[in-house]
Amino acid sequence: MFDFTQVIDFLPQLGKGLYYTLLISIIGLLIGFALGAIFGLGRISKNKFFFIIASIYVEVIRGTPVLVQAIWIFFALPIITQYNMDSITAGVVVIAINSGAYIAEIVRGSVDSIDKGQMEAGRSLGLNKHQTMRYIIWPQAFKRMIPPLGNQFIISIKDTSLLSVILVPELMFQGRYIASNHFNAVEIYTTVALFYLVINFSLSLLLRYIERRLKY
Amino acid sequence: MITVQDLHKRFGDNEVLKGIHCEVEEKEVVCVIGPSGSGKSTFLRCLNLLEEITSGDVIVDGYNIRDRATDINMIRTEVGMVFQQFNLFPHKTVIQNVMLAPQKVRKLSPKEARQRGEALLEKVGLAEKADQYPSQLSGGQQQRVAIARALAMEPKMMLFDEPTSALDPELVGEVLEVMKQLAKEGMTMVVVTHEMGFAREVADRVLFMDEGIIMEENTPDIIFNNPESERTKDFLNKVL
Repeated sequence: MFDFTQVIDFLPQLGKGLYYTLLISIIGLLIGFALGAIFGLGRISKNKFFFIIASIYVEVIRGTPVLVQAIWIFFALPIITQYNMDSITAGVVVIAINSGAYIAEIVRGSVDSIDKGQMEAGRSLGLNKHQTMRYIIWPQAFKRMIPPLGNQFIISIKDTSLLSVILVPELMFQGRYIASNHFNAVEIYTTVALFYLVINFSLSLLLRYIERRLKY
Repeated sequence: MITVQDLHKRFGDNEVLKGIHCEVEEKEVVCVIGPSGSGKSTFLRCLNLLEEITSGDVIVDGYNIRDRATDINMIRTEVGMVFQQFNLFPHKTVIQNVMLAPQKVRKLSPKEARQRGEALLEKVGLAEKADQYPSQLSGGQQQRVAIARALAMEPKMMLFDEPTSALDPELVGEVLEVMKQLAKEGMTMVVVTHEMGFAREVADRVLFMDEGIIMEENTPDIIFNNPESERTKDFLNKVL
């Protein structure tokens, strides 16, 4: 009935898809983390301008579906800017700005959750605000960020599958291509699902390990 | 060493400090007592600008701390503070808590900072706890570490904000002991406290605060045995 041995023939192609899925996830999330850190601090900043910019960013991204964001960036943005992005770059941009908005909220929440006595203790010792943030608040906030960050990483990795609609040659794209040409939907889509599961489960284990290492 | 002139502090419509005047001399130990909500802690926190001052002047070590030209970080290095909730850094070991500010602010080398830190931990009786985390210590031990951390900056004066109020009764003594030792060594201290025994024994002067002003200011002997103000009498009758 179902012949899973045939999957072996398609492994190189699926492997190529996996490569792009991982590439876009890693680069996208690295940039997303940087965006999240910057705009997360914006959301707790006393600077009105910075606060408003950060809030608009977060609300716009959280308020629109990632699929719409992907299609808009790939098909609409080039018309406005007169600049064509290749699909992989567009994919990285989508994952970065999308995860960045959620990570900004994670950063804001974690920094906010640190007892204000910590800032006072730092300042009372003569450390300036920047030093207190760097040596006292951030390290504690970072630890609290790990579980929600892990969650967001997993969500973003799964979101990369939506990039198939903007022709990013990632895992889901390859799966659809193979399945529609060889009529083996069960075998191929099951394999694709397993690939995602393995990536995300490995990530879960890694995060659990890091969290344990940071116990104090 | 500290001069406070007509200090007012308002939180929105609520005026917490209504014109405080006081002086603290070098090597003096001043205890501030009074009912909760009287503004004692707010007053103390104004002395190193942890609380923004609404109006009035606070002159610390010759600098008006409200003056824009005053580097508040520099002032704070000279004014150690100990908090009710200790506020140790939970992600750092005991010795790292003590070493951090001397390294980052005073620019001591790690070796110098460690030597200073170890000497101070020895002094507060916690040398063997250097490599533990704050969460592994009792409240009294944590507060002694907090005192060592403040002393590591070699401040000219120390502020204590109800340092024993969060402690189990049997742990209060060890903290007061360290504070007595400091007083004996000639540290200038302002102590907000509910420990009347400590105030009586150690203070050179006691301030009784109520409703945002200093109601009475006297030697401990007069305050505790023969207070001038009725309010002081009332308060002491309730707590003693």
